[in-house]
Amino acid sequence: MISEAKIKEFDILALKIRIETIKEIGNLGFGHLGGAMSVVDTLAVLYSGVMNIDPKNPSWEDRDWLVVSKGHAGPSVYATLALKGYFPMEELMTLNKPGTHLPSHCDRNLTTGIDMTTGSLGHGASTAVGVALGNRLSGKNSTTYLILGDGECQEGQVWEAAMLAAQHKLDNLIAFVDDNKQQLDGYTKDINSLIDVGLKFESFGWHAQRIDGSNTAQIYEAIEKAKEYSGKPSVIVLETVKGKGCSFAEGILDNHQMTASREQTEKALEALEKELGRLIGA
Amino acid sequence: MSIVIAKENKEEKVMMRDVYCRTLMELASKDKNIVVLDADLIKSIGMAPFMKEYPDRTIDCGVQEANMIGVAAGMSATGKIPFAHSFAPFATRRCYDQVFLSAAYAKLNVKIVGSDPGITAAFNGGTHMPLEDMGIMRNIPGITILEPVDSVMLSDIIKQVAYKYGIFYVRLLRKNAIKIYEDGSTFEIGKAVKLREGKDAAIIATGIMAAEALKAADILQEKGISARVVNMFTLKPIDKDMIIECARETGAIVTAENHSIINGLGSAVAEVLGENYPVLLGRVGVKDLFGEVGPEAYLKKRFEMTAEDIVKKVSATVNYLKKE
Repeated sequence: MISEAKIKEFDILALKIRIETIKEIGNLGFGHLGGAMSVVDTLAVLYSGVMNIDPKNPSWEDRDWLVVSKGHAGPSVYATLALKGYFPMEELMTLNKPGTHLPSHCDRNLTTGIDMTTGSLGHGASTAVGVALGNRLSGKNSTTYLILGDGECQEGQVWEAAMLAAQHKLDNLIAFVDDNKQQLDGYTKDINSLIDVGLKFESFGWHAQRIDGSNTAQIYEAIEKAKEYSGKPSVIVLETVKGKGCSFAEGILDNHQMTASREQTEKALEALEKELGRLIGA
Repeated sequence: MSIVIAKENKEEKVMMRDVYCRTLMELASKDKNIVVLDADLIKSIGMAPFMKEYPDRTIDCGVQEANMIGVAAGMSATGKIPFAHSFAPFATRRCYDQVFLSAAYAKLNVKIVGSDPGITAAFNGGTHMPLEDMGIMRNIPGITILEPVDSVMLSDIIKQVAYKYGIFYVRLLRKNAIKIYEDGSTFEIGKAVKLREGKDAAIIATGIMAAEALKAADILQEKGISARVVNMFTLKPIDKDMIIECARETGAIVTAENHSIINGLGSAVAEVLGENYPVLLGRVGVKDLFGEVGPEAYLKKRFEMTAEDIVKKVSATVNYLKKE
């Protein structure tokens, strides 16, 4: 069982990531808020000791890898990396500005700590399979984590990769589907429904779990369980909320790419800072 | 670079695919990082011996070209040196976004091999006949595009490609090539080879059209036209100096390619000439048409790609200049 203290550590990091992500996007005035916020709790768990990484040595050969295939979640990944010391916090204010190291979509050549370039949806599924195969072939005891969006799972390439991962029994690959139920044009179920994405992965030969993707304890336990399975890749379907934790983005339909006014940003940050204070004091 | 040009241009006894396999096996025996990916064409490309010797380093993705390229990109990020093969249209057009972004934009190290170029797809017909592969690949920033002309060049090029970092597209004739170079010749990527001297015109040829160009030069000689023949085996980066030298010294250029004349060798040469040394240019190749089914010899005639067609194009170009 995971300790209360550990859960608190996850939740504090998650709040900090949310605060920094809103600051980044608020500073620019627009961005992919919805999908950046929904995956924050998973990032917080992964970067709180679950992933075997060293911020001082980002390309350490024996590290665990993370492929954020829904590359538009870049801003919350950058916030996480900065908070973990991969680069200075000030850099977060350069998001999407000319010459930045922090582009809208993740880029392994621009950002310290980003393992794979993503942006064209579906691509990360294949590159993650390649990383897992490559590391296994080299005899590395490393895990490759992959974050997919629910809308992204409409891409055929995801299922090509899923088939091959199962064929090669890649138990060093753990995928998450950030099932926030929304995509750019609306609700996923209304556009091209995945019906049951976990079941689909299961039928492709994966081990599948479905959990509350905003609950850090559940995320942690699901990862631990996924690691225990051998002979199969694992998927964790995260029931999430698009825009989660951002007062002006959560619960609205058009929150994939949206504007963020100064007033909205300040109000959202105030609420999160208050929650952070409460949590730290508790 | 040490090149000896073959005295006779005869069909080679060895198949190109067997040399490809043998070369990769030689590399793999010394380097654990060499890996091979395919999309259900291991048998077609003759890689069964590689798969038998190195089963762990052979990833047959099944019929998944897009995934294959992504997997190759991911493997290369971990230090592997992947050679990913399919028929040329499926190794390029079918997975262009994956080659463009997962491999090239991400600055990874992937070697893409597309077999059965142009009309050599013969009996597989129009759906399998790549007449645009070099054209679309040429638009990828930083890519190197190679079309080894015979088994001697193939073996040398594959060895070089393995140890030059970046995205390479190798257009690979699967069957027997016409011998152009003597055994032991070595080449420099990006440096075209002058196969024959000539002063009235220069034929710049690639792939199976190099042998046609040599035949054409013989016929032209009898007609009193001295035609130079150049093997432009690297389409990108193209040998600008060689093109300008040919333009300056002959004043007339004809390109010959087993590809659409749009966006392939003819276009690449036209770009160099237009910006540096404009001279009259004729292009031999497929003219804005889809491929079709049939024997290679039929298709060569059908698409006006024979030595005779090169002769006609060179004669027309030289005669036009004389009238001027």
